[in-house]
Amino acid sequence: MATFEAKSLACIRDDRMLFEGLDFTINPGQALVLEGRNGSGKTSLLRILCGIRLPEAGDLLWEGEDIFQLGPEFHEHIAYLGHKDGSKLDLTPLENLRIAKGLGKARQDIDLEEALEQVGLYGFEDVPTRNLSAGQQRRLAIARLLVTDAKLWILDEPFTSLDRKGIEHMERLFEGHLNKGGMAAMTTHHRIGFKDEIELVRINLSDR
Amino acid sequence: MSTLSLTSAFSLLLKRDLVLAYRRRSELINPMLFFVLVTAMFPLGIGNDPKLIEAVGPGVVWVAALLASLLSLDSMFRSDFEDGSLEQFMLSAHPVSILVLAKILAHWLVTGLPLFIVAPLLAVLLNIPASAIPTLMLTLILGTPVLSLIGSVGVALTVGLRRGGVILSLLVLPLYVPVLIFGTDAVKTAIIGIPTTAQISILGAMLVGSLVLAPMATAASLRISLS
Repeated sequence: MATFEAKSLACIRDDRMLFEGLDFTINPGQALVLEGRNGSGKTSLLRILCGIRLPEAGDLLWEGEDIFQLGPEFHEHIAYLGHKDGSKLDLTPLENLRIAKGLGKARQDIDLEEALEQVGLYGFEDVPTRNLSAGQQRRLAIARLLVTDAKLWILDEPFTSLDRKGIEHMERLFEGHLNKGGMAAMTTHHRIGFKDEIELVRINLSDR
Repeated sequence: MSTLSLTSAFSLLLKRDLVLAYRRRSELINPMLFFVLVTAMFPLGIGNDPKLIEAVGPGVVWVAALLASLLSLDSMFRSDFEDGSLEQFMLSAHPVSILVLAKILAHWLVTGLPLFIVAPLLAVLLNIPASAIPTLMLTLILGTPVLSLIGSVGVALTVGLRRGGVILSLLVLPLYVPVLIFGTDAVKTAIIGIPTTAQISILGAMLVGSLVLAPMATAASLRISLS
């Protein structure tokens, strides 16, 4: 069974200890929810989890193996949605998704139009991304999660710029991913409205 | 990951960068325009002594090509860094160095190749004899990719800095010097009529060496810049 495990992680930023001795395990179907004040290290932790940033101390294990040893073999299991959407504004949503699919391990049972439809961008396939609203651009970034076979979704404030209906809709999408045995690690200022059966692992970085 | 999906990721990224370059083609003209203008200004500044122009010609073409290449470097990763695409590349299921190589190739195709194409025209302008033009072309086609490859390491190291322009020049220009020396020397030797095999071979060796090493160094530098 695929699990993601963190052992005594520590992160120092600008000579400030953001957190240390952080342990947690994410099992299939579970979501890690990070809470904490601004500047408490939520984004830094998420960047450490995907391997962009190195932790000052501690280990990250994917199915028992160190993620920094695994490298691209680990990356094919994760999808990261950061503060920045990672879409090219000069390309159309369809072109952006095609690249996302090519960079990751492509999921076979969904085509790009279907993914766009699932995030409510049906009919915007060929509009330059620049012309989409901020919320629509965020939806496109979320659609990127759907086109690869990633098990672990790492989401940094995924609901930014989304309207209330959009947030609910995306929550259903995330639930669907978790119900299929997927995992997630996320931060959000929004109160998460997942159904009760979804198991959440909550960590508050400010209380530590 | 299979080799097939790696090749398709490579060509996907190459195509993406070419499409992006095409959609912003006004920016694309800049390096080539710079190259043409600098070389065209030289005879006006130096005066109309054909001997003198012939003597400085190879150096002028190469220095202009080098500066044009330097000018275009910053655009290699800048926009990808700013919109978060670079993070997505680092988290790709494919080796980053291969993806980087696709980006460098695309960058060379839109900024280096045009220099190569207009070079014969400028050679005529600078009174470089027709017999030496093939050598000039050969040095450019071997040398400009080296400039892009070496430059990519410098850009990758400075892309996270807000004002990395000066550091980039300081970092990259010394590494460009060997290419400049052997490039101009080959053309000068060809003008006299002596075989240029030695210089061409060294330029070829530089190309092969940087082709192998630069993508890995760039991938590692990008990792440092992003963390």
